Amino acid sequence: MTLKILYFAWLRERIGEPSEQVETNASTVSDLIAELRSRNERYDFAFSDLSSVRVAVNQTLSDFDATLDGASEVAFFPPMTGG
Amino acid sequence: MAVVVQEKDFDLAAELKELAGFEGTAGAVISFIGLVRGDASLLALELEHYPAMTTKALEEIEQMARTKWGLVDVRIVHRFGRLQLGEQIMMVAVSAPHRRAAFEAADYIMDFLKSRAPFWKKEHGISNNKWVTPNPDDEEAIIRW
Repeated sequence: MTLKILYFAWLRERIGEPSEQVETNASTVSDLIAELRSRNERYDFAFSDLSSVRVAVNQTLSDFDATLDGASEVAFFPPMTGG
Repeated sequence: MAVVVQEKDFDLAAELKELAGFEGTAGAVISFIGLVRGDASLLALELEHYPAMTTKALEEIEQMARTKWGLVDVRIVHRFGRLQLGEQIMMVAVSAPHRRAAFEAADYIMDFLKSRAPFWKKEHGISNNKWVTPNPDDEEAIIRW
């Protein structure tokens, strides 16, 4: 499947792109992260501390063990600091 | 649903005119404004957001508060982009039949907005730039609800 992946804040800066299209067979968010980390050092570093990474699947806050079934957009970002 | 996400500044008085309740249905209105705080070493505060998700996330928070307190109306305005020291970042206004519901609902909306709405702040300083990290109390603030 083709996924649109978005990065925000320091994840965007570390990866160097705000978004990309990815062709993947990953079945969960965790699988997708493992796939991205294996690409190169930039991705590996960006995802090295998952306690400071949050994920949204199809614009809804989600968990790392969430399925990617029916997903078209996955966003990775640090804990939110609005208000 | 009354959620506005915009780059430009807002005027609280004008926003309150958009809030339902002043025709007799509400007995209390609470409004809150968040400001850019800091000292002279802060050159700007940059607010990034996730456009496709922001309005939806704020509307969900608004809906939870409406259900929990039976509010008359809610209005949330949140800015993004580059802001200067002292500028308004966001506002929430709540109208309710009674005072306590209005205070509590505004507090609840702020607690959830801080850590559940997709905004990220970056401080641009004279000597360095840094992403703001959440206060550990923010998560505890949510648990109390």
